[in-house]
Amino acid sequence: MLKIQNLKVQIEKERILDHLNLNIKSGEVHVLMGPNGSGKSTLAKVLAGDSQYEILEGQVLYEVHFKEKDLLSMDISQRAQEGVFMAFQYPIEIPGLNNLEFLKTAFNSICKHQGVDVMKEEDFNNFALNKAKELGVDEEFLKRDLNAGFSGGEKKQNEILQMMILSPRLCILDESDSGLDVDSIKKIAKGINRFINKDRSVLLITHYHKLLELIRPDFVHVIIDGRIRKTGNFSLSEKIEAEGYDWISKTSQGL
Amino acid sequence: MTALKKSLEDKKKYKYGFVSPVESESLSKGLDESVIEKISSKKKEPDWILDLRIKAYRHWLNQKEPKWANLNYSPINYQDISYYSAPIQKKKLKSLNEVDPELLATFEKLGIPLSEQKRLSGVAVDVVFDSVSITTTHQDVLEKHGIIFCSISSAIQNHPELVKKYLGSVVPYKDNFFACLNTAVFTDGSFCFIPKGVRCPLDLSTYFRINQGETGQFERTLVIAEESSFVNYLEGCTAPIRDNNQLHAAVVELIALEKAEIKYSTVQNWYPGNTKGQGGIYNFVTKRGHCRGNYSKISWVQVEAGSAITWKYPSCVLKGNHSEGKFYSVALTHDKMQADTGTKMIHIGKNTKSVILSKGISSNESVNAYRGQVSMSPKALQARNYSQCDSMLVGNQARAKTLPLIEVNNSTAIVEHEASTSRLSEEQLFYLQSRGISMEDAISLIVNGFCKEVFKQLPLEFSVEAVKLIEMKLENSIG
Repeated sequence: MLKIQNLKVQIEKERILDHLNLNIKSGEVHVLMGPNGSGKSTLAKVLAGDSQYEILEGQVLYEVHFKEKDLLSMDISQRAQEGVFMAFQYPIEIPGLNNLEFLKTAFNSICKHQGVDVMKEEDFNNFALNKAKELGVDEEFLKRDLNAGFSGGEKKQNEILQMMILSPRLCILDESDSGLDVDSIKKIAKGINRFINKDRSVLLITHYHKLLELIRPDFVHVIIDGRIRKTGNFSLSEKIEAEGYDWISKTSQGL
Repeated sequence: MTALKKSLEDKKKYKYGFVSPVESESLSKGLDESVIEKISSKKKEPDWILDLRIKAYRHWLNQKEPKWANLNYSPINYQDISYYSAPIQKKKLKSLNEVDPELLATFEKLGIPLSEQKRLSGVAVDVVFDSVSITTTHQDVLEKHGIIFCSISSAIQNHPELVKKYLGSVVPYKDNFFACLNTAVFTDGSFCFIPKGVRCPLDLSTYFRINQGETGQFERTLVIAEESSFVNYLEGCTAPIRDNNQLHAAVVELIALEKAEIKYSTVQNWYPGNTKGQGGIYNFVTKRGHCRGNYSKISWVQVEAGSAITWKYPSCVLKGNHSEGKFYSVALTHDKMQADTGTKMIHIGKNTKSVILSKGISSNESVNAYRGQVSMSPKALQARNYSQCDSMLVGNQARAKTLPLIEVNNSTAIVEHEASTSRLSEEQLFYLQSRGISMEDAISLIVNGFCKEVFKQLPLEFSVEAVKLIEMKLENSIG
């Protein structure tokens, strides 16, 4: 589904991603771990289309219905319409904009792009309400203004709710578990587990092992200084939880 | 960029910037008593109006232009303005078919169809072109209810008793510099009288169009709602693109008698000048409503999206006990525009109530100031006011100011004031776009969210127009 090839990215003359390669197939759950400042969030934002980063080299191919498209040439909203979704590490507040109305606008614009009939207003409202119940969040969520006055945990849950409603194919979750209590992490894990199927892929950025115990990823990658230094399975995250990243930096020297 | 390309771009941005090739007669530039006499005689006015004009003019000569507003502009040369311009009409019009087709085409282009077949249903329109009123539609329906809706010139001729009684009773000529000038030289405007107990079946609307260059527009509007009547009044304005500044100094007076209600909505889209701040309308307007009777209500709704300079404070004098004044405003400034706008709520009667909701959006290098006054007189027992002033900044060079003045002279009055400043940020736009929403829709969602409480107050078609207008202007300034 996603092929990141030799990606080099900088911001304000500072190199953040350095010859990064990553392949994600349909139905796979990949985890990206790494020390602070290693380039995890940058990768997420570059994939979502944040224009403050400068792409120096490399390409990102995104495959939809057996056709590979150049993801980096698409504008931000087009990527979302093609089924790419990023859950923000710090979701943005928009006072005055009703959450449900926002979701409806986004949903309709994705439907239109994909040539799917737009749902009737009432049907969509029920659909959204059901998703909220599925995730286990209060239906008041949908009536409030988008993230305005939400607690940190509520904001992250709202990201997962958006993901469940907008039904993307590729989902990039940027530290969706940071700052959450155990119960909230469980809720988010439930949302992600329900979301995963053979046609969808997830790239999960995290610092913690906790969420991974609940999700059981297929691959775990470690990114250091803008490059993937180590790839393994679930057990790699256990080792990191116990030992940190130092041993990888050492063993990967000379790569 | 070549000058031509630049000016074409500017034209694209302001779609009402065209000039109509209508034959006009204008007075030569300059202002003295003979000019005022000429205006008065062209309009065949009775002596008492001429006397009022001259009195105002002599008073004005000793006045100084107010400088307290948060505005910066080169001095206005009052002798460099033509005070009268009117399309030449060969004879008195019997029907709309005799109106110059160029004029009809102009208003068609502005989205105000005047021909019988295409008229806006449910809205009666009085159309003011430069200094004179061209036509007023839907007369038959209005007459049936005893409603008078016509140009102020024709009201002076046909209903002198009403004009004499009410003109200047809310905004006297000594009120301020610009109102005084307006009293001396006003050329036309709308007059509206809703008799006792009548709920006006149509929305009434005045459309102001400045066409001639170097002409000032000084219109005068008077709306009277007798006991237990109701009227919804709409006002729209546009002007061609010109490199020089043009002066617009209007006076609007509203009078609501016992249990009457007036809703007055404006969408102001005068030419704001180009991106360098050249040209544009200087908009110095005095609007005031007088809640004279008990339980009367006046509300002002304004969307201020044009003009190089806006100096405007639609106000309510709440004299009747239990009377209510409301002010809902969205003011948008971009490029080098400057707006100093707000309201005054003067509470005199007991149990009077007022609500102020002001939303300012400033982008580019523009300056947007809310200036408000709430005063509670010693007799305004149990009076209440709630004010909320929100500013949104777009980009990092725009400025917003909030300057509320609150005077409370009795201990039973309750005054509340809330204010906030926010920013339409790249992050917000990125967030919405990353959910599949286009840039245009993202701006519109954010701005609509910010302004929705005000837009809600506008009649439907007006609100749709206002939303489009604000979106278009912001898209241009965010690029």
